[in-house]
Amino acid sequence: MTNNFPTPPSADQGRLGMNETLRDTQAEIIEGLRETLRRPVTLDGTTNIVRDLHLDSLAVMDFIMSLEDRFEIVIPLDRVAEVETLADLARVVDQLRGRN
Amino acid sequence: MSKFAPLRETYDGLRAVGQNPFEMVFEGMLSPTEGLYQGRRTILLGTNNYLGLTFDADCIQESVEAVRLQGTGTTGSRIANGSYDRHRKLETALAEFFGRRHCMVFSTGYQANLGMLSTLAGKGDYLLLDADSHASIYDGARLGHAEVVRFRHNDPDDLHKRLRRLSNEPGSKLVVVEGIYSMLGDAAPLREIAAVKREMGAYLMVDEAHSLGVLGDNGRGLAEQAGVEADVDFVIGTFSKSLGSVGGFCVSNLDDFDVLRVACRPYMFTASLPPAVMASTLTALRRMQEMPELRTRLNDNANRLYHGLRSLGFAVGPQPSPIVSVSISEAPLAVEFWNRLLEGGLYLNLALPPATPTQSPLLRSSVSAVHTTQQIDRALQLFEMVGRQLGVLPALPETRRQRIAPKPPVHAEVALVAGAGGAR
Repeated sequence: MTNNFPTPPSADQGRLGMNETLRDTQAEIIEGLRETLRRPVTLDGTTNIVRDLHLDSLAVMDFIMSLEDRFEIVIPLDRVAEVETLADLARVVDQLRGRN
Repeated sequence: MSKFAPLRETYDGLRAVGQNPFEMVFEGMLSPTEGLYQGRRTILLGTNNYLGLTFDADCIQESVEAVRLQGTGTTGSRIANGSYDRHRKLETALAEFFGRRHCMVFSTGYQANLGMLSTLAGKGDYLLLDADSHASIYDGARLGHAEVVRFRHNDPDDLHKRLRRLSNEPGSKLVVVEGIYSMLGDAAPLREIAAVKREMGAYLMVDEAHSLGVLGDNGRGLAEQAGVEADVDFVIGTFSKSLGSVGGFCVSNLDDFDVLRVACRPYMFTASLPPAVMASTLTALRRMQEMPELRTRLNDNANRLYHGLRSLGFAVGPQPSPIVSVSISEAPLAVEFWNRLLEGGLYLNLALPPATPTQSPLLRSSVSAVHTTQQIDRALQLFEMVGRQLGVLPALPETRRQRIAPKPPVHAEVALVAGAGGAR
């Protein structure tokens, strides 16, 4: 698995109010996404999952399933409907982990 | 309509290659396995007509008599207009066939899933869907208020893991799988899934849309073949494949099942099945039981096509079944392949991602018991010819090439919605 993609220099800059656990969660999601995508891409909290990553509905659902395993949680599909950006996703994951 | 621009682009791209798979019109049906397309006799290898009963003489006669006696339609729902005797007869016959106490009949197989999934699992409950589930299962899950969780396709360990994560949640859990999956033709590992269901205290629903009349000594589907019918709480099925008509059903032994008739909106607010459809379906159910040899012929044909394609070098699904799909590396090549098959007189289904379980397009065939050996061999011949023309198969030395008579191919349904796998 290649992991040598450029890390965005300011992935979390400007995200006022973002706490440490949420930052960790987002970083883990980005790591998981890099493993999934297998292509160079710039990722940060503002990345739109469908528009910026060109993922179809099935690919998004499969990625969510991999996050369920990474975080040992259940992410019901209706919770994904409200997600647009990676930061949105991190918030949902954090809530489901009972950390927020 | 601007939100559909990417879809429009895809459609237009398909049209530019040749025939548009979305606009196929057959001028006539000559038999269960042959239609007329643009004046040419075309082998039908993509119609899910597994037992070939659409032209069964008894089915047609019963249907004609029913339409003469009871008219062309019911003009409304059973809740509003009342039921015909045949609605109840059909439900009784299906319940008896499956050895269950209850049956509800729906106007399509799609609605059976829509209705049962959205009604059975309520707020606070969990639906656990195989990741490769048909669109009607996903849509039924979306229509209801239960939490929806996917598990990895045909992976009982993954299902177990996800049920374990939910073990402290109070709601009921309903696991949903299919007997035969409509894209690749693979069967669910139902014995193992039933064991997980028992251990974790979940309910189990099996959609036997593609396995009714196909699997099991009596044609009751995968649950019968796997010997786990007692573990299956709900069987869903359709009339539009082996039974040669249209409609769907759910059978169950669940107490108080009948209350669903006044709770299940896709049942309550849909016009009920017309008499002619019910008459042919009832007869087809009988014919299916009278002629177990149809299943033998179906499996012989399926094996002939599956092993034939595999030995030619095509990438086929994981196991032989009446659904035989060939994976093609990229969409433009698959579209070209499909068009050349159609030009050669062979119609099958073209499925493009994300409707396919992998990222590859599929040329999807569905075999019938009444395909002749010559028709199957003709299909194999066309696949080989087009496969070599397009470089999907390696080219042959000149002497071998001369022995392959040039001839043409087919047409299909193109599903572009995630989880789609043909109409129910």
